Amino acid sequence: MTNILDKNIQNALFNYILGLGDDRLILGHRLSEWCGHAHILEEDIALGNIGLDLIGQASAYLSLAAEVENKNRTEDDLAYFRNEYEFKNFQLVEQPNIDFAYTIVRQFFFDVYEGIFLEELAKSKFEQMAGIAKKSIKENIYHTRHSRNWILRLGDGTEESHVKTQTAINDLWKFTGEIFSENENDNILINENFAPDLKPLKSKWNEIIKSVLNEATLEMPENIGFSSGSRSGIHTEHLGHLLAEMQIVARSFPGAKW
Amino acid sequence: MNQSEEEILRLLENVFDPEIPVLNIVEMGIVRSVNIVQNEYRIEITPTYSGCPAMHTIEKDILDLLNSHGIKNVKIKRIYSPAWTTDCFSESTKTKLKEYGIAPPVINIKEEFLKINRTCPFCDSDKTKTISEFGSTSCKSLHYCDDCRQPFEYFKCI
Repeated sequence: MTNILDKNIQNALFNYILGLGDDRLILGHRLSEWCGHAHILEEDIALGNIGLDLIGQASAYLSLAAEVENKNRTEDDLAYFRNEYEFKNFQLVEQPNIDFAYTIVRQFFFDVYEGIFLEELAKSKFEQMAGIAKKSIKENIYHTRHSRNWILRLGDGTEESHVKTQTAINDLWKFTGEIFSENENDNILINENFAPDLKPLKSKWNEIIKSVLNEATLEMPENIGFSSGSRSGIHTEHLGHLLAEMQIVARSFPGAKW
Repeated sequence: MNQSEEEILRLLENVFDPEIPVLNIVEMGIVRSVNIVQNEYRIEITPTYSGCPAMHTIEKDILDLLNSHGIKNVKIKRIYSPAWTTDCFSESTKTKLKEYGIAPPVINIKEEFLKINRTCPFCDSDKTKTISEFGSTSCKSLHYCDDCRQPFEYFKCI
């Protein structure tokens, strides 16, 4: 299918799938940083498992992106040999772990988005991309149960857990605007029924977040100003540090195998 | 070197999931198709979970096995659609899992969340509790039986 696409659409698809891969690769890497550090063994394993699912999904999207691009690059080239400004992941997912509350709030915001988004992406006319989305839907159900349950326990837990969770929500809120924004690249694909229109989905996300935060005795922040630009390569200072750690082995020993 | 597609499939029944060594990759539904096109053996496999780390081992095991039978020109492709699901586990597959000590998946993901207690694979008791929905591998969760006082794993519905 990829070799009969119009050049414009092919390019838009490549950028779009790259964004999907990058979101999951970067968030998966962030979760992997918890290995050996979580407060209980079961949680250490849970974060590792969720990170693994996300990195697996990233691998599928990046392989497909490489196939669509058709320039002899592999998923590993895309993951390890691109620079910061070439990454298209949401700024939300590159935010550092800081503490367990930040990690869970970041995850919860992403998981709820993912649940809504995947249902729509699974209807894409581009079957290979829809196939990866369908594959991830049930994985996301487990992820969302995990982060949602933690939001409830942390928010409605001790005073300390409540304050830390509310602080994380307030700090991360400004990164939630762009997860439902659309650019010209997206519009090309929306017109072709290759990508879903995100605008109607934002209110659904807001409703779910609001009801869970409410149940957890937490407050929804006000929409004062949102940070954006990640799909065009604009990132916060945290991504560069993450990439340095993630890419150093591959860049120091290109093509190494063990 | 002239095996048919059917014979290749039978051969692949000798490759086992490295994480659940009582189940082979054909009965698990990991092998999706075998096609011989112009002397090339094309095998499509699908992961149980997107990030299943066993896929690398499985690919290597397939290559090693076929190579040892003189089949060299093998191409393995990973596909994601239709998504792998536990819904298609046969009763005999579920029995093998239970005998191995892993509680088999209940019917589907919706029922799984409605039924809170997993059944202990050792004593069939329902007096169990969930320790964690994430276990030693992506496909399993951790539980504890209050009757026989054994921890056990459950193969999650997906």
